[in-house]
This record gives sequence, C-alpha cells and structure tokens, in this order.
Amino acid sequence: MRLPPFQTLIDHHGRDVHRYLVACVGPIDADDCWQETMLAGLRAYPGLRDDRNLRGWLLRIAARKVLDAHRATRRRPIPVEAVPDRAVDAPAPSDPALWRAVRRLPEKQRAAVTLRFAADLDYAAIGDVIECSEAAARQNVRAGLAGVRKEWDR
Amino acid sequence: MNMDTHELARRAAEEGLLDVAYTTVDAPFGRMLVAATPRGLVRTAFEAEREDDVLTELADRISPRVLEAPARLDGVRRELHSYFEGRLTEFSTPIDWQLSHGFLLRAREACAAIPYGQVRTYKELATAAGSPEAVRAAGNAMAKNPIPIVVPCHRVLRTGGALGGYGGGLECKRWLLDLESGTLRIYS
Repeated sequence: MRLPPFQTLIDHHGRDVHRYLVACVGPIDADDCWQETMLAGLRAYPGLRDDRNLRGWLLRIAARKVLDAHRATRRRPIPVEAVPDRAVDAPAPSDPALWRAVRRLPEKQRAAVTLRFAADLDYAAIGDVIECSEAAARQNVRAGLAGVRKEWDR
Repeated sequence: MNMDTHELARRAAEEGLLDVAYTTVDAPFGRMLVAATPRGLVRTAFEAEREDDVLTELADRISPRVLEAPARLDGVRRELHSYFEGRLTEFSTPIDWQLSHGFLLRAREACAAIPYGQVRTYKELATAAGSPEAVRAAGNAMAKNPIPIVVPCHRVLRTGGALGGYGGGLECKRWLLDLESGTLRIYS
C-alpha cells in the first residue's frame, strides 16, 4: 500500500483537526492537542493498514487526545474561563458559550456533536471516529443537541 | 500559533519520527526542492519535476514520514545560495546515497568527485566508475541523478564538448558551467 507523504495529510486535514480540537478543549489547549495528535499520527503512520479514510483516522487520534486532555484538566484546579491573550485565527466557534455547553456533554455526545458541526463529518464518519454505528452516531448527535438546548433554555 | 508545523517538525525530529525533511530553495533559474534524511541530503529537484510527484516518490521509496521542515535544511540552503553566488566551490553537506545502487551509485560517486570548474565526458565518467564500456549507463546515471547541483552532473558532457542533456534544461546546464568557469557575469 502506498501512503501519501504525511505533510499531505497535514495540508488537507490539519485545519479540520484543529477546528475539532478548538471545539472540544478550547482554543488554548487545542494547540497542544494538535501537536500531540500529529506526533501520535506520525508515530503510527508507517504501520497503517488502511488508507481509505485518513481524515477519520486523524480525527480518531484527536478524539483520544481530547480524552487525555479532559482527564488532565480534571486533575488540575478548576480553571477560570480565561480570555486568550493572543489572536486565534482558528475558525473560532461562533459562540463560545454555546461550545462550553457542548463541552459539558457526556463524552460520546460531545465528540459526536463536535465532529458533526466543527469538523463537518457525516454520521458514518462520526461512527468511525467514536467507534459506533452510523445510527448510534446520529442518536448521539441528537441527544447531544437536546442536552445543549436544555442547558441553553435554563 | 495555531498549527505550528515548525514546532511539530522539531519535535518529530527529536523523537526520531522525521524520516524525510524537505523545503524549497530559491535558485537563479527557479525554485528547487531539497530533501534530507537524518543521514544527509537525499534529493534535490528542479521545478520541472512536480513537487507532489517528488514527495510521493520519497514517501514510497524512503518513508511516508515526510514533513516540510525548513529548519532541518538550513545548512544545505546556505551552501546552495553561496554556490549560486559563486562563493562556494565545494559542498560539505553530507549525502545520503540510499536512492542509488550498483553502477548508478558508482557513477554518481565518481561524478561527485569531479572538481568545481572542470568537466568530464560520459566516457570518462564510465571509466572512473569502473566500467569503461558502460557509457550509455553512465549517461543514464546522470539523467536520473537524484541530487543535481550537489552531485554535479552538469559537469559531464558528450565527447567533443556538446552539452548532452540536463534535467533542469540545457540553459540551466550552460548557466552552471558559465558560473563555474567564471565567465558568468554575476549581478548583485
């Protein structure tokens, strides 16, 4: 199997991965998570057996890094919602408060909603990343949106 | 920085995950792509070769861990710029020969030994590579030289002095020979 140069993956999908990470962990931690995702990708890349969905593969690694970041955050003192002290040119979540609500969702729902609306994946691809069926992915997005709405209406 | 690819390349290199680093270098006749492994310079390419094709070739033949990493190629870039300005006559950047084998390798090594400002014929090159009869193969070794400029295939001509061929175009070959013979007017 011929794998494309890793730089091609970064050029084609790096921005989507970053957008997904910003939505999951916020703009500050996203940069670190992006580095960790790409390093983990590089490490595993030559052994990859299936080159059909490289974007999904990268997002799956990113999803694992998000889990790591959340575990680390839980061990840290509760952070104040700090304002980034630098420009973030990421396609910023249009409404930070909304994304904060998304980030409070249960793991799978959060990943599903973020992948749907920040990385623009279809349900089959989301299922691929969070390791469930297309139907279950759709259900997770629906439940996640309901959860956000509920919090929003309070 | 959002997606700091330079930082990524630095960390990848540190962890032994950067198998092929590449960047582009401005040359008097267009952009060149240069690529190196941890062992040394492995590929240079003129603009006539599509960048995507060259990178795909490197991913196939060496490793798919290919990253754009200008900082890893600072030394080569500096040497090339000095060379193009007529200030450098011998490259000291280490070479990784892994894309060359057998007679092709011997011919290219013999080519690398031709001093600045001198020329050889394909026949002389074949002889220097240990197979005086293999003139055509020597020509082939030059035509497909993976490291033009640094492995100076422009210093190899046809018997009688005709230019022969050149991957970067004959105009480029003539420019390089003029540069090295001191007949080129360098404007700065």
